[in-house]
Amino acid sequence: MPETAPHTTALDITGWTCPAPLRDRPRVVMGHGGGGALSAELVQHLFAPAFGGEVLAQLGDSAAVTLGGVRLAFSTDSYVVRPLFFPGGGIGDLAVNGTVNDLAMSGARAAYLSCGFILEEGVEMSVVARVAEALGAAARAAGVEVATGDTKVVEAGHGDGVYINTAGIGLIPAGVDLRPQRVVPGDVVIVSGEIGLHGVAILSVRDGLEFGVDIESDCAALGGLVQAMLAVTPDLHVLRDPTRGGLAASLNEIAAASGTGVVIQEGRVPVPAAVGNACAILGLDPLYVANEGKLVAFVPREHADAVLDAMRAHPLGRHAAVIGEAVADHPGMVVARTGLGGTRVVDLPIGEQLPRIC
Amino acid sequence: MKYIDEFQNPELARRLLDDIHATVTRPWALMEVCGGQTHTIIRHGIDQLLPEQVELIHGPGCPVCVTPLEVIDKALEIASRPDVVFCSFGDMLRVPGTGRDLFQVRSEGGDVRVVYSPLDALRIAQENPGREVVFFGIGFETTAPPNAMTVYQARKLGIRNFSLLVSHVRVPPAIEAIMRSPSCRVQGFLAAGHVCSVMGMGEYPELAARHRVPIVVTGFEPLDILEGVRRAVRQLERGEHTVDNAYARAVRPEGNPAALAMLEDVFEVTDRAWRGIGVIPDSGWRLSSRYREYDAEHRFSVTGINTLEPAECRSGEVLQGLLKPHECEAFGTLCTPRSPLGATMVSSEGACAAYYLYRRLELTPARTAVSPEASPVA
Repeated sequence: MPETAPHTTALDITGWTCPAPLRDRPRVVMGHGGGGALSAELVQHLFAPAFGGEVLAQLGDSAAVTLGGVRLAFSTDSYVVRPLFFPGGGIGDLAVNGTVNDLAMSGARAAYLSCGFILEEGVEMSVVARVAEALGAAARAAGVEVATGDTKVVEAGHGDGVYINTAGIGLIPAGVDLRPQRVVPGDVVIVSGEIGLHGVAILSVRDGLEFGVDIESDCAALGGLVQAMLAVTPDLHVLRDPTRGGLAASLNEIAAASGTGVVIQEGRVPVPAAVGNACAILGLDPLYVANEGKLVAFVPREHADAVLDAMRAHPLGRHAAVIGEAVADHPGMVVARTGLGGTRVVDLPIGEQLPRIC
Repeated sequence: MKYIDEFQNPELARRLLDDIHATVTRPWALMEVCGGQTHTIIRHGIDQLLPEQVELIHGPGCPVCVTPLEVIDKALEIASRPDVVFCSFGDMLRVPGTGRDLFQVRSEGGDVRVVYSPLDALRIAQENPGREVVFFGIGFETTAPPNAMTVYQARKLGIRNFSLLVSHVRVPPAIEAIMRSPSCRVQGFLAAGHVCSVMGMGEYPELAARHRVPIVVTGFEPLDILEGVRRAVRQLERGEHTVDNAYARAVRPEGNPAALAMLEDVFEVTDRAWRGIGVIPDSGWRLSSRYREYDAEHRFSVTGINTLEPAECRSGEVLQGLLKPHECEAFGTLCTPRSPLGATMVSSEGACAAYYLYRRLELTPARTAVSPEASPVA
């Protein structure tokens, strides 16, 4: 050992401990709405036991129910995005496309939507009108009718201007049965296009983080793309739209519910350069960034090429790519093969992704 | 921005790996100082691709991990006050103090805001003259200059409702302390490139010579790490121990003079406690006496903090490179990112979190996998 310099002391690790106790969460924190492990825990351990019901236990993007002999998909979602308008969309079209897409993940074409507005006292009427017009236009483009609605106003300071809840129903075609339990090892994993656009577009205009990237949200209704895929084969195994929690959360949900493992080739996941660069600067992982116009599909291997061709022939699927497969190894776990040839686990996010310090 | 792709090029990585494999003849233990480097190593699986003889030991360079519990508790106390707007970088919000974190303070009504620059906090102070705005100034030599600049600006603009809760740390004294630990196994260092881009390399030659360790200034992309390993291993195989700059595109030997001048003006060197490690002499900065009025600890006189530390957590040893995360008994069982025992499991740059997030497959298969019989495999 060299001689001790006067300005240092030798460290003795005997008895060292790290602080920080285990915690519980007596109050709701933002992560409970982040689409990750905290959200799942809230639903599975608080809401589902309180509500009961077999349909809810499916925990899919939408519920598949049979009513009067007809198979329906039924879904609801609430939209609390800030800012209300962002590159490539706004809360109005988001409120339509989000629910339409949840229905589409059951194979259903959305038929009717409800629309509940919660407005904050003082918000400019021109803003409400702009949101409503965008919502109507998005509904017409998706071929869905807003059939019922509701409006409430909360006191100033109790909201972010405009919150919207939409619910929707649609018919599930005969022979279509999309659920993670149908996934088997060998299924091919296909993503419909470039990921991370919505999340980065929102970040790029968020207060305090404005950065000049030419990037727009991918907000879009996926009903048409799903119908094009089902036209090739009704035997798709599962579809998910990777919104909050990104592609990583959707793949983990499918792996957990199906009891299979998932392997993806990281280099095959389509990540636009602008998304990759923004994520690199902020310390985020594109796999965890939200999308609003993408889907991930688990398809039987024998149908994979035909389904991929059909997706690429559709405007919303032209960048579709095979990114991996379901495997019998490591059931319930998602693993990525890295560009350099290593491997890593792609875990369910805990809450929200947080930009790193440096 | 082409840089990012270029420094992740698999073919170039293979060439560097081949060179390292051809060079190594004996076991060597290298420490990457910075948590960002740890993150890159684990995320890209670099440690799996190196020769078995090259062991990478994860150093204490995660700013979130090393911030002392007492300072976190002070932050929680200040953030809970109704007259305070508490501003922080995002990844500090999830770090547990004694019993809670900043997210929970926010859920209890505290005005805790995530900002992306300390100057955003100063702007909030300007816009809210009736409230006290506190910025949580933590981190290494990389985040210290902008924080110093913010305090400088606050005084220049006459903004009096702004203060800084300071817990800045310096890397070279930590390297010195690691090398002096009786159980130290580190034979070479990959120094943190961004730290050197600010501070220059002037503090390293004496360290390298005194402890006879090569110190290679290294960047953060996969090829940067591999090049750093390659140069460190070459030195070790030749019996050399010099300071080598493998991050010349960002680091000049003299550092960044403007940033150094700002640090000199606003901060002064002080002893600093490192979480899980203890006090390292001269290893931190505090606001100098000229800027005392901007010191949140002084302004809010936070006293009576009772910290409570769980005995199971061994992240102090992890931060020293004396223990791999998965060698801790609590890893993946008592301690996960969902319910962390220590900050090394909380921060995305923490070695324990990196192992848990990316390495669970091979480290703890029995704990995470369900039995094959339970899966509906056709």
